[in-house]
Amino acid sequence: MDAACVRRWLEVAAARIESERHYLTHLDAAIGDADHGINMHRGFTAVLARLSTLDGAGPGELLTSAGRTFVSIVGGAAGPLYGTAFVQAGQALGSDGAFGPRRLLEIIRASLQGVQRVGAAVVGDKTMVDALAPGLAAFEVGLRHGSFESAVREARAAAMEGARNTIPLQARKGRASYLGPRSVGHQDPGATSTALLFAALEDAVLAQRAQRLAADQPISLGEMHDR
Amino acid sequence: MSVGLVVVSHSAKVAEGVVEMAAQMAAGVRIEAAGGTDEGGIGTDATLIAEAIAAADSGDGVLVFADLGSAVLSAQLAIDELVDEQRRGSVRIADAPLVEGAVIAAIQASTGSSLDEVAEAARGAATMGKSKQR
Repeated sequence: MDAACVRRWLEVAAARIESERHYLTHLDAAIGDADHGINMHRGFTAVLARLSTLDGAGPGELLTSAGRTFVSIVGGAAGPLYGTAFVQAGQALGSDGAFGPRRLLEIIRASLQGVQRVGAAVVGDKTMVDALAPGLAAFEVGLRHGSFESAVREARAAAMEGARNTIPLQARKGRASYLGPRSVGHQDPGATSTALLFAALEDAVLAQRAQRLAADQPISLGEMHDR
Repeated sequence: MSVGLVVVSHSAKVAEGVVEMAAQMAAGVRIEAAGGTDEGGIGTDATLIAEAIAAADSGDGVLVFADLGSAVLSAQLAIDELVDEQRRGSVRIADAPLVEGAVIAAIQASTGSSLDEVAEAARGAATMGKSKQR
């Protein structure tokens, strides 16, 4: 994976967020302040604009810039939380131009650690962590047993399931936590948007593979594992 | 020289108002507002908070007051990521209510108290009873 792949991921993520923004806001209206979809869309729109000024930037710089953009543009909890996730991912990549699946695993892990450090949420608190942690775990297991492509697919499935599993939880963090038991029975918007980002990752990885197949570039067995 | 204070709120007006109140009680203490988003809307911005922390710091540390929710997240992010490394150890988020805590902290800071003492005084604001009903 490289800068072009990161760009593609961010573009697909922006598109998925845009098309699901009303749904995300609807989820947030039930247990939050009804702006998660709006905020995420605004954040990603700004990210895309920022990316267009970063021709030639490496993948680490793209992610760090995306993170800083989120922090400045999104005034709700998603700002610092997704901001940290992206910045930590970018910093984990440093100035490297290309990275493989195992590095991607480290990057996602760094994102989760950042999110947990800033937000202090653990699994079960009914937050984005409830999608991010299962997604990361499934990606790790998937890499051990299969290809990169199957691992991102499993990560997406686990993140989606994690988001659905927030429905019966009572929120212990965030605005929903002020609702107490009334937060039960509703899917967490932050976990949902995180699941969408995993879906975008799957899309980006599969699209890159398809592109390389179309260009007759060989995909060696070695590329499916470590770098 | 005294401990500096930063007031973080989702509302720029609230942050400025609290700064105004606190400043009246404590001349000579650096108190900075960091409320609202970059565009003046309701929300918080870690970058604004980091700038306020830098402005409030006269070398004796900074105590940051935040209203709730993402204000605390943004403040935490500002401290973890955006504030200069050498300053980081002497910047703390107050475990205190926004208005009452900031005002009490300002008074304490104006006596030249340490960061620990100012933070402790602010914490006391959380249990100030107001209603006569007990």
